[in-house]
Amino acid sequence: MTDVPNSVTTAIPQTLADLAIDESLLGDEVVTHAKFQVVPSPVGDFAFGLITLDNGFDHTKPNTFGPKGLLELNAALDEAAAADIRGLAIVGKPFIFAVGADLTGVPIITSRDMARGIAKLGHQVMRRLGDFPVPTFGLINGAAMGGGLELALHCEYRTISSGAAAIALPEVFLGLVPGWGGAWLLPNLIGPEKALQVIVTNPLAQNRMLKPQQVLDLGIADAMFAPADFIEQSLRWAAEVVSGDIVVERPEIARDDTWDQAVAAVRSGLDAQLHGAAPAPVRAVELVAAAKTADADAGFAAEDEALADLIMSDELRSGLYSFDLVQKRAKRPVGAPDKSLARPVTKVGVVGAGLMASQMAMLFVQRLQVPVVMTDLDQERVDKGVAYVHGEIDKLLAKGRINQDKANRFKALVTGATDKTAFSDADFVIEAVFEDLKVKQQVFAECEEVVSDTCVLATNTSSLSVTDMAADLRHPERVVGFHFFNPVAIMPLLEIVRGERTDDATLATAFAVGKSLKKSCVLVKDAPAFVVNRLLTRFLGEVTRSVDEGTPFEVADSALDPLGLPMSPFVLLQLVGPAVAFHVSETMHDAYPDRFYVSDNLRRGVEAGITGIWQFDSAGNRTVDPRVAEVFVQGDAPLTGDEVRDRALTALAEEVQLMLDEAVVAEVQDIDMCMILGAGWGFHLGGMSPYLDRTGVAEKTTGSRFLPKGAASVPA
Amino acid sequence: MSRTVRDVVFVDGARTAFGKAGPKGMFAETRADDLVVNVFRELARRNPSLPLDRIDDVAVAATTQTGDQGLTIGRAAALLAGFPSTVPGYSVDRMCAGAMTAVTTLSAPIMAGMYDVAVAGGVEHMGRHPMGEGVDPNPRFLSEKIVDPEALLMGKTAENLHDRFPQLTKQRADAYAVASQEKTAKAYANGKIQPNLVPVATRSAEKGFGLATVDEPPRPGTSMESLAALKTPFRPHGRVTAGNAAGLNDGATAAILAEATVARDLGLTAKMRMVSFAFAGVDPEVMGIGPVPATEKALAKAGLGISDIGLFEVNEAFAVQVLAFLDHFGIADDDPRVNPYGGAIAVGHPLASSGVRLMTYLADEFAEHPEVRYGLTTMCIGLGMGGTVIWENPNFDGKKA
Repeated sequence: MTDVPNSVTTAIPQTLADLAIDESLLGDEVVTHAKFQVVPSPVGDFAFGLITLDNGFDHTKPNTFGPKGLLELNAALDEAAAADIRGLAIVGKPFIFAVGADLTGVPIITSRDMARGIAKLGHQVMRRLGDFPVPTFGLINGAAMGGGLELALHCEYRTISSGAAAIALPEVFLGLVPGWGGAWLLPNLIGPEKALQVIVTNPLAQNRMLKPQQVLDLGIADAMFAPADFIEQSLRWAAEVVSGDIVVERPEIARDDTWDQAVAAVRSGLDAQLHGAAPAPVRAVELVAAAKTADADAGFAAEDEALADLIMSDELRSGLYSFDLVQKRAKRPVGAPDKSLARPVTKVGVVGAGLMASQMAMLFVQRLQVPVVMTDLDQERVDKGVAYVHGEIDKLLAKGRINQDKANRFKALVTGATDKTAFSDADFVIEAVFEDLKVKQQVFAECEEVVSDTCVLATNTSSLSVTDMAADLRHPERVVGFHFFNPVAIMPLLEIVRGERTDDATLATAFAVGKSLKKSCVLVKDAPAFVVNRLLTRFLGEVTRSVDEGTPFEVADSALDPLGLPMSPFVLLQLVGPAVAFHVSETMHDAYPDRFYVSDNLRRGVEAGITGIWQFDSAGNRTVDPRVAEVFVQGDAPLTGDEVRDRALTALAEEVQLMLDEAVVAEVQDIDMCMILGAGWGFHLGGMSPYLDRTGVAEKTTGSRFLPKGAASVPA
Repeated sequence: MSRTVRDVVFVDGARTAFGKAGPKGMFAETRADDLVVNVFRELARRNPSLPLDRIDDVAVAATTQTGDQGLTIGRAAALLAGFPSTVPGYSVDRMCAGAMTAVTTLSAPIMAGMYDVAVAGGVEHMGRHPMGEGVDPNPRFLSEKIVDPEALLMGKTAENLHDRFPQLTKQRADAYAVASQEKTAKAYANGKIQPNLVPVATRSAEKGFGLATVDEPPRPGTSMESLAALKTPFRPHGRVTAGNAAGLNDGATAAILAEATVARDLGLTAKMRMVSFAFAGVDPEVMGIGPVPATEKALAKAGLGISDIGLFEVNEAFAVQVLAFLDHFGIADDDPRVNPYGGAIAVGHPLASSGVRLMTYLADEFAEHPEVRYGLTTMCIGLGMGGTVIWENPNFDGKKA
């Protein structure tokens, strides 16, 4: 009960100095303390050790582990090893178990040895729970992510609170692997298929989390108890395990071909999705593959190496940069006026009742929970729009996301009218009519006849000038751009456009509404196509140009594969719709004829009614749509994939620099955030600029990097 | 429609361990409502044949009904415990007899046929809610001499009781207190107390979570000598000390009550049958005498005499108040029928929770003593009251001991 095998204890650094880390570099670590107490068993005449993890803050600052916290945990384990106990349990603070490594410490890790040291320290401390002389129990009372969940995995048994939120191994999402034991322990606990789901697939699916019931069903936890008396019932259960009254049976993990098949399936999916652009998921799959035969020593050692490599990779540094953008910068938009200037919005008008307008109406109803009135030219369109929203509300009801009362409330909030006088008491009117300046000017002029002097007039235009739209109004200061991305309900980005005369109160109101809609808002200048569409149009133009010059479709479309984009250029074209994409390219060409390409081939394709370049058979295999082949006339100067990519990236670097010169956004960080949240460009790219820096394209094109070394890359 | 009076049975009772109030007490950072929730959930687990939606009402007593003892804690705790939202609840206050009043107030509708099953309990976190927190006594109490100035300080009323009954000496009070500690220690050693204690995870920012499984207040080994050395905080050269009175404590209790046939149909135990109850008022400055008239009333309603009572659970707010009761009824200070498992002087008295603690003790004593037919639970109450509930032992076998 008191002797921990020497091989485990002696190897653990006891001080920070042993880690070769200068303590002055660690000033910011919020230390998660490990508090050890001996507690009586709820049943039976013996005692448990209970370690509480608590950084001293409330749940808004969750427990994390840096070197100091790990050493504290190690000291608590020493205390436990010396105590007269028959079981050891570890629990978090209220609502939080632990959410993993303290990632704020990563920027100061400047060498592979340091990275490996941290990886190893985590293993050395946490694995003591697996090698402990008495049974160990992870009491997952709340959020458990990354190293937090791994800590629980090292325990012999786990219980989970049915009220625990956010259970995950999200390392791969950021650019790491579960390298404090998770990549070896989890497949050995629940098998490779389920482990890969948790370690690789979920993180790459918008970082999907597990619900407590799933944690139980997957076999990660052995028992689940209600939050009301979770610790008490967990300890009672643990006591019965200790006494032998409860025997935990886990399914045998088959170490045969099925293991390799599970790995191969995920690996091929990854290749198709990311083309090796992000190293973390690949390393994670390798670790799970090796866990089939590796023992703990070998498995943990392999994790150390993987972590050391990844911590010192630009992709991980870009991932952390991206995480910071979407977690912090997105919540405090740079350049937004003081929020106290925002006016209350108690009723919303939507001009138009088409699909985009209806999606917006639904979002306003759901998030703002104020009356939303849609107008259109005739009753039939209006009815269709309202019916769409009612249908969406019914879907929420059917899924159990809202109850009948809430559905009734939402439905009553949405109405339609053919006359804009319905906007007379609205505080915020947004238009989503045909993308034509004259039409939009006319709409706003009509609105101004009925609305109050302070009602915000917002436009969802994707490329027209907000300033021009406001020019002839009595109150041009109330006009603001409010650019959603499709599908409105899902895409998190909102570009908020300040026209030349937009006043602070209007802008503040727009930001407040955007926040209520749970969107990430970015302030952009009134420049053609703002941020995302400008960059994607420039980029698509270069790829299309290469095809027009003679590059085969397949070569052009796969040229960007090494970036691991969410979709290839021509699949993006198909999603946007060739007609819309062509229209935008013309608009942009008008603004910047030297840089934005208008493809005659695409014009002919649109006229021929193509819906995309590719057609797909039922197996998902792509071939060039025959109508495309018929109308596209290609030149005789084909490029290689590398050349296409170089041209596209060079164009992007040039465009980013021009946007910064034009002050379209405050800083390049806003461009990266827009690409992550509006275009789905990966964390491993850091959005856009870190990748352009990393590949040297930025320096070659503009003469300098966009970000200093170390900001989204390994420090010099 | 004709009505018949129905029988109320005490199905089961449980409690948290009692803690010492104050920053060093084990529940210092644990919420009062969480204490109640733990007991509710344990009762539900221990009585799995009770469909929770059959609970017609929940009453929880607390003397101070603000903060974590506010928000209509009977209802709030039921929701927090995961009882169905269809189960209603309310709060009760009769100071020390809060939980006892919760029991009697829920029993009447069971007797009358309005309720079938109810949950009664009490809580007092005297660390988070010191006695007298937020009270604003009407100045008329004093200006019109409605109560004596000393009536609102319980320790002073205990000293007053010593004055009224000079034969109740400090010596007797201390001897009674020593016996209470001894009986508690013995009951613990014999495993009598533990089965009805609900483990509670205790929060401490400094020490981390702990687990409260045993009462914190008892001082086993207390001697006459050690008690003699204690200060008399309520009066110079007085008689009432921290040693011959209950302390300031944190804790919660709860019990399931049911109509007798409903209990049987649901497969619930019937540990006690309610015979009668009564509350009575006395001069507030000698509130400790309250159990005497309350017991006389309850006996009269039951048609019983004091000699019919085979077990007494008398709350020990102060030793002198128990002795006043015993003297009145001609019972010896060390009569084995009185508080066989010890009492509040040892185990603690989290005001509004104690009534159900007495009943839970009596229920277990009934099981141990099938030769006893009747027992009673009684307690004194601030502002000059007493309360008594008389119970019948379902295990009674008709044999003389």
